[in-house]
Amino acid sequence: MNTRSSITGAGAVLAAAALLLAGCGGQPADNGEGGLTGTVASDGSSTVAPLAEAAADLFRGVESGVQVTVATSGTGGGFKTFCEGETDISNASRPIKDEEAAICEEAGIEFTEIVIANDGLSVVVNPENDWLECITVEQLHTMWAPESEGAITNWNQIDPSFPDQALTLYGAGTDSGTFDYFTGAVNGEEGASRTDYSPSEDDNVTIQGVAGELGAVGYFGLSYLLENEGTIKGLSVDGGSGCVYPSNETVQDGSYTPLGRPLFIYVKNTSYAENPAVTAFVDYFVENSASIAEDALFVPLTDEQVATAQEELASLG
Amino acid sequence: MSTSIGIGAVVSRSLQVRAKGGETSPRSLAFLAALWFCLLFALLFLVVLIVTTLIEGAPRLDARLFTEYPASNPERAGARPAIIGSLWVIGTTTLMAIPLGIAAAIHLEEFADKKSRINRVVELNVQNLAAIPSIVYGMLTLAVLGILGITNKNMVWVGALALAMLILPVIIIATREALRAVPAEIRQGSLALGASPLQTVLRNTLPAAVPGIATGAILALSRALGEAAPLLLLGGLVYLTFDPNGLASGYTVMPIQIFNWTGRPQEGFHVLAAATSILLLALLLAMNALAIFIRNRYQQRW
Amino acid sequence: MTTLLGTRSPAAPSPTSLHGRPRPLDAAVRLVFRIAAVLTILITAGIVVALLVPSLQFFAEVPVWDFLFGTRWAPRFADASFGVLPLVTASAWTTAIALAFAVPLGLGAATFLSEYAHPRLRKVLKPVLEVLAGIPTVVYGYFAVQFVQGTVLREWFEWETGSFSVLAAGFVMGVMIIPTIASLSEDAMSAVPNSMRQGSAALGANRMQTSLRVVVPAALSGIVAAIILGVSRAVGETMIVALAAGQQARIVGGPLEAGQTMTAFIANAALGDSRVGSLEYNTLFAVGLLLFLLTLVVNMISIAIVRRFREAY
Repeated sequence: MNTRSSITGAGAVLAAAALLLAGCGGQPADNGEGGLTGTVASDGSSTVAPLAEAAADLFRGVESGVQVTVATSGTGGGFKTFCEGETDISNASRPIKDEEAAICEEAGIEFTEIVIANDGLSVVVNPENDWLECITVEQLHTMWAPESEGAITNWNQIDPSFPDQALTLYGAGTDSGTFDYFTGAVNGEEGASRTDYSPSEDDNVTIQGVAGELGAVGYFGLSYLLENEGTIKGLSVDGGSGCVYPSNETVQDGSYTPLGRPLFIYVKNTSYAENPAVTAFVDYFVENSASIAEDALFVPLTDEQVATAQEELASLG
Repeated sequence: MSTSIGIGAVVSRSLQVRAKGGETSPRSLAFLAALWFCLLFALLFLVVLIVTTLIEGAPRLDARLFTEYPASNPERAGARPAIIGSLWVIGTTTLMAIPLGIAAAIHLEEFADKKSRINRVVELNVQNLAAIPSIVYGMLTLAVLGILGITNKNMVWVGALALAMLILPVIIIATREALRAVPAEIRQGSLALGASPLQTVLRNTLPAAVPGIATGAILALSRALGEAAPLLLLGGLVYLTFDPNGLASGYTVMPIQIFNWTGRPQEGFHVLAAATSILLLALLLAMNALAIFIRNRYQQRW
Repeated sequence: MTTLLGTRSPAAPSPTSLHGRPRPLDAAVRLVFRIAAVLTILITAGIVVALLVPSLQFFAEVPVWDFLFGTRWAPRFADASFGVLPLVTASAWTTAIALAFAVPLGLGAATFLSEYAHPRLRKVLKPVLEVLAGIPTVVYGYFAVQFVQGTVLREWFEWETGSFSVLAAGFVMGVMIIPTIASLSEDAMSAVPNSMRQGSAALGANRMQTSLRVVVPAALSGIVAAIILGVSRAVGETMIVALAAGQQARIVGGPLEAGQTMTAFIANAALGDSRVGSLEYNTLFAVGLLLFLLTLVVNMISIAIVRRFREAY
């Protein structure tokens, strides 16, 4: 076999591949009207991620040259990268902790907190679960308290009227803002939880787990429940004043307690000031938060919250 | 001797034997049936896997898979960034691993003293590296990034680095086999004509081994194409709204996109995962066919 | 001249010993090649260092005994425990189940290909078997969780099992490993000299008796090496178990239970974020070190056996 011809052949293939790649890389998919380019890096909560992804998706229709990445390391993980200066936006399903804010301050990262949507942290069970429609916070506490580890393993220990069915727990991992918020609301202390359950940063794993086992129970953001009605069953939560089922209305008017909560994005001030891509994306996100929330099945902001958000946005720019 | 590969002909031929009587005893036949079962079970599994994936994924095996970006609604979603990302990563891996692997193999096979202890250690080392779990290469790359102080893991060259280290031992082993297969006469003839050892390798031995090297390289790259575990550790699981377009660009790859969509509860995403799997399998099949074609067409029988 | 990797091979005379123009470029290029070869050692050294440094930091905080023999794995919680046994049991279960399928099926296939198959048939069947090895593990994982667990175990058999199980993962992993075991075993069996088969036939044995009583025992070391290599692949597999075996770190008691293997833990932990130097980061690498050591030992044994039997014939 002629060496020269085989090398020329290989060279031709490589050149063709390179051209193909260059072609693929350069063109935007849709022709968005804007001419902006740049990157926006966001990371953080897996609860907020579907909202951020929807925003990025819709934003691409407007500014197709901007490259947005949404990663999901969990609220805590997101703050870590944010305070290292690696991301422009941190998605969070709980407010930033004092320790985390201190780290940011030390690193010289100034940020602005914007409430972007609301959420009703939902408790779900298997659709075949016919003995439970409404769960009290006390019952949730029994289920999830650190003391219950190894001890509470059956539904009839939660309430004697429940059947003799093994209790399997699925929930958020420790980097998750959902974990922090849930444990804070149910166990009285953020981070206090039994450890013998299936923790996952990926809420989809929780859905799969709960959908597959009769005695399973799990918790995650409302959008995941709405996205998967039928695969799992949502419970009403009795926070002391009656059973309330999570929905846009009950979350917005505050009756869904104690599991109603705001969702945040934290924007790095310097990114907003210096990176036009970030400016455009954040502006788009906040100004269209209602339609984005509707698209992603999130609870939109109340009018009051919208006004506050506009103020926060104004303070940035 | 008949040329048909009919099962009946083959079975009866496999029963041909010099000693009469023993082959057709019930126990012998049962044994043979058990062996056939072993083989057929594996093949049946393969068929079921491919058929179920094909059936599940066929509805979404359309142009939108290539043109759409991931979305929260499966109807709108597609694998475009993953496909382009895979191309970028594999291309970069090729550039990193192949020249290095061939160079290392040339040294080990042509120039190094094979009797020395150090060289045997190197050989053992390469064999061992080829069998290490792929996720360990992800951890190695993670540590390298930590040392270099690079915090943004999601870049094409980072993923390519992990994959390149993963397939480097495979390329070395395959290249060595190919070089070994070139007869000594070729080398000796070249040396006899006054060529230096390096010239001999570069102008005679290596070109003669190119088909074998190409086959090995393509098979190694096809393995890299299907890898997800090392890249999961390196930020490969990310939502992109753009085509990866540079060595430092964010990226994701097809196996990770499949992993992502498989983990979602909505059926629509499972269909997408199956469709992307079909695409991936088709690509791998094409690469393997290319490797076999090169081997059959250009392999010289010495 | 001696070099980093020993004296040069006798077939490659030194660049300057032959008559003719001196070619200094040759030496430079050969040096480049040598450096490339040394790089492989660097990679191994890199792996060892990369795994050891965080692990040592880890063991400074967590006693080795607690790690190796503790039964509670809750590394990221406030009330943390670092007993790795739950992960090890899950890995053990998936590996055992995988081997339970792969060894008989792989050896059966190997015996057929080596002892019974017509050469043409072997030429067709071997590549087809290799295809099994070439399928990406994530596709296997998808098949395991969707079809094997979802349809076969839960709908067809109606067994008591959740969305994940070590059985689904182990079974699919087993089929994935069949080519590994089959191909190495077949090599070993083919290496047995024909004279032994002919002698056996001359003594009146049929093919089954020859295979089972002559060939397999003669090739036993190679077969053992193949099985050991299969173990290594099973322990090191990530995607199938991450998708199908579940994420709950618990002592696995039965095949229908879910569990988190060492590799699944590493993959899951890395999806969250861990700062370099933090305890979470070090935990990840400590488990990685354990994984690496386990597969290293297993691989070395297998490679040693293979070398011996390849030289024997």
